[in-house]
Amino acid sequence: MSDERRPTPKLDDLEKGPWPSFVREMKRAAEGSAMADQLLGVLELSYGDRVGHWKHGGVVGVRGYGAGVIGRYSDVPEQFPEVAQFHTMRVNHPAGWFYKTDALRKVCDIWEKHGSGLTNLHGATGDIILLGMKTESLEPVFAELTENGFDLGGSGSVVRTPSCCVGPARCEWACFDTLALTYDLTQHYQDEIHRPSLPYKFKIKASGCPNDCVAAIARADLSIIGTWRDAIDVDQEAVGTYAADGLDVRATVCDRCPSKCMAWDGTSLDIDNSACVRCMHCINVMPKALRPGLERGACILIGGKAPIVSGAMLSSVLVPFMKLEPPYTELKELIGKILELWGDEGKNRERVGEFIQRVGLGSFLEAIGLEPMPEMVKHPRENPYVFYEEYFEEEK
Amino acid sequence: MAEPVSVDEVAEAMFRMISDAQGVRKLKPNDVSKATIERFGPERCGKGTCKEAIRQLVDSGRCIYTYFGGSYIELPRPEQEPS
Repeated sequence: MSDERRPTPKLDDLEKGPWPSFVREMKRAAEGSAMADQLLGVLELSYGDRVGHWKHGGVVGVRGYGAGVIGRYSDVPEQFPEVAQFHTMRVNHPAGWFYKTDALRKVCDIWEKHGSGLTNLHGATGDIILLGMKTESLEPVFAELTENGFDLGGSGSVVRTPSCCVGPARCEWACFDTLALTYDLTQHYQDEIHRPSLPYKFKIKASGCPNDCVAAIARADLSIIGTWRDAIDVDQEAVGTYAADGLDVRATVCDRCPSKCMAWDGTSLDIDNSACVRCMHCINVMPKALRPGLERGACILIGGKAPIVSGAMLSSVLVPFMKLEPPYTELKELIGKILELWGDEGKNRERVGEFIQRVGLGSFLEAIGLEPMPEMVKHPRENPYVFYEEYFEEEK
Repeated sequence: MAEPVSVDEVAEAMFRMISDAQGVRKLKPNDVSKATIERFGPERCGKGTCKEAIRQLVDSGRCIYTYFGGSYIELPRPEQEPS
């Protein structure tokens, strides 16, 4: 349809090659959707002009909620009236992104009926992203989604929809039940997810082990990463089998251990667990021989973010180890203190990590009632122009 | 001990504040809460009451949330595109 209606030479270039193409999908959607068809037109224009023809924000939303809809408007509405309004709707995903196929069909049916028919499952936070709808369709879509057991996710200055890895549902390394925690937090923070009350967005992500499959450390303001505090569970016989099968245990496992906490003498793997940093490398290489310890929980980190207003940041340790079992009182109390402090003192569009940088970690810890710990140190002081009196005295 | 202020009363005070600011400056929900607590005093009006009051204003349609680079609370008005 789009090929007949308008030439799209620049977009056509992006259909070439063996891989799936977003242009191909848009063209398929355009066969039954005037919005998708005109989206192709806007995109072709954008490639020609080398400028995006979109702006976002505004007054749109569903009644009672301040989140879940991202207003999006074309700045060339006269040329492409069908996409003059092209709002995005975020739908709260289930923990671990588990869907029954008919649930997805239902969402797609609703979206084909009211929207452009385009989706880019899933967004950075994890919500189902439904792309392109007119303002008049917001309430009908919301009504149909809720009738089918879905709710909107977070957007704007709210607690964003919590997300997690597949956890114990599909992974043997999960040190806590990421799915149960995420579901619980989603229920607990309903008000904060739907009604903006914070200086800026606040993302919570949970990974079941230090492999951090949802990249919580890089993408969440509050990263909850599974870990253990006792010794790595070692099956020496299985280590021997790996070695017998040709694995160079010393070179591949011991020499690549970041803290050099293990040694292999050809018959036994010796681990100094006090020096282990729980990186998971050895476990990933020899999954049949090594397992996380039995005393499992999570490390709570704070301050991660992608570069939007200012640069990217990785989360850093706030609580080295926390047991995570329902009703998660300790974690919720901690989050409550953080949200209250940052909510009161944070500047507009200042993420919590930036807030901590501004006020200083010491002040932040004092305000939320945590004692400083060595694990909170991101890295050793590295400024060579900082001197300490005691060093001078030693040199004398 | 000071008599706590009711959610309805807080909502009315917030509504007046939001009305006065309409078209002059945008208020974040948290700004409205802070100003309200300051006005009534923390012993009479807490964050929970403010949260309830904002919810009442938005659920009733007297106020709406908007997004212009940040989330704000305003009086309902015709759809407006961001600049």
